[in-house]
Amino acid sequence: MSNKIKLAHYWGAGCGGCDVALLDIDEKILGVAEIADIVFWPIAVDGKVKDIEAMPDGSITCTLFNGAVRNSENEHIAKLLRKKSALMVSFGSCACYGGIPGLGNLTNRKEILDLVYTGLPTSDNVEKVIPQPATHTKDGELELPVLYDTVLTLDQVVDVDYYMPGCPPTTNLINEFLGIVEKHVKEGAPLPPKGAVIASQKTLCDECKRKKSVKKIDRVYLPHEIPIDPEKCMLEQGIICLGSSTRAGCGAKCLEGNQPCRGCMGPTAEVLDQGGSMLSALASVYKVDEKEALLTEENIAELMAQVKDPMGTFYCYTMPKSIIKRKVVEKKKPVKKEA
Amino acid sequence: MSAPQAAHAEPKAAAEGEWEPKLIVFCCNWCSYAGADLAGVSRLQMPTNFRVIRTMCSARVDPEFVLRAFASGADGVLVLGCHPADCHYIGGNYRTRRRIALLRVLLEQYGFNPDRLKLEWVSASEGAKFQKTIKEFNETVKELGPNPLTEE
Ligand code: SF4
Ligand code: SF4
Ligand code: SF4
Ligand code: FES
Repeated sequence: MSNKIKLAHYWGAGCGGCDVALLDIDEKILGVAEIADIVFWPIAVDGKVKDIEAMPDGSITCTLFNGAVRNSENEHIAKLLRKKSALMVSFGSCACYGGIPGLGNLTNRKEILDLVYTGLPTSDNVEKVIPQPATHTKDGELELPVLYDTVLTLDQVVDVDYYMPGCPPTTNLINEFLGIVEKHVKEGAPLPPKGAVIASQKTLCDECKRKKSVKKIDRVYLPHEIPIDPEKCMLEQGIICLGSSTRAGCGAKCLEGNQPCRGCMGPTAEVLDQGGSMLSALASVYKVDEKEALLTEENIAELMAQVKDPMGTFYCYTMPKSIIKRKVVEKKKPVKKEA
Repeated sequence: MSAPQAAHAEPKAAAEGEWEPKLIVFCCNWCSYAGADLAGVSRLQMPTNFRVIRTMCSARVDPEFVLRAFASGADGVLVLGCHPADCHYIGGNYRTRRRIALLRVLLEQYGFNPDRLKLEWVSASEGAKFQKTIKEFNETVKELGPNPLTEE
């Protein structure tokens, strides 16, 4: 009992998939119970925030925090768990890069609340009641967390020791990491350097077993639009695959399922902006023929307009961690269109 | 919150106290930089609120450079390269034009006016075209006003 590690697993703005991923490590979960006391894990075990507050600082060996930070409660608990934990792990793509909820940065709090509570065909809200942080009732004051305008990554709010990307992280990566922590606690084995990404240092294409040759495409297709050759590189078939801009470590799971990579492992070690990197790669595989010199910039703009939604395609998981981070608002609207 | 707000100097007031945009101009080594040089030696008059960054080829301008320029407070980014068929590295500028076209769509999705990013071909002998491009781009960006990331 005494040398058991203390583990916490919390969800911020996520889908619950990361919690399930931890449950999904099969019989290893029993091993987890053997080496660890789970002190806090809202989806699976009982536990109260006030119990955590009562613990000495740094007394939780490791917190796995999944989900992004997009409301005051997410932020409060992230800070509390950080204070109480020796190791803070950013668990899953949402915590690491904003993930799918991160695309909320294309809009803002007001637009989201208005749409969800009053603007949907199914909403029946004549009085336009929108949730408020505090509501006075005759029985007292009711409180709700405040939704933020901008979705944040965990490391934009607290200091993070390790990153474990993936939507959700694979069983292999979870087991590998828990094994490291256990060895550290039981045998004093060294931990990875702070800031390490628990995944591969390579690029997903390196892990992908498909046959690769010269990449030259003249248009892009959505996966359902053509029969996909399961042996051949997706990008060579004109299907946008984020492999070249994505960190390896998942075992090229989606490619095995004959689907292109959407980039959930985040940018490779060498790159800041996964989206910018993929945009560059895709633009470079468009083929050039003898007539190229005769093409105008308008012709090229038309060609590239085949990529319908660059943001949603290239930053599907990483908008809050991108260089620009969120949508901006120009004061003035378009001046004049170029001739 | 953590909108990128890189440290930068206040936009310099022009003589008349008018706001001057900050422009970043990427010039490829073989044509456009020489074109800029020619404009300089020929003493062609043009605004001075631009900073030139020389790259070996326009294709070296990674989309990340452009995004970083905007995140650091640039109000406009101009990418200049050799004319079609003239790139020193054969087809570098063909990649550039595809990237810039796609990047403009992306910038629009980010909420920027895409006219803040412009691609133009300027050869080594086109000092006058360099001057004209800078002047016109400066006017466009002036009309657009400051980069929305730098205003709060
Ligand atoms: S990373 Fe994926 S699985 Fe995990 S919470 Fe986010 S959306 Fe869900
Ligand atoms: S682009 Fe996609 S399909 Fe092609 S090698 Fe890379 S990961 Fe595999
Ligand atoms: S192939 Fe891409 S999207 Fe699929 S799990 Fe791996 S990194 Fe994520
Ligand atoms: S060298 Fe000038 S564009 Fe390639």
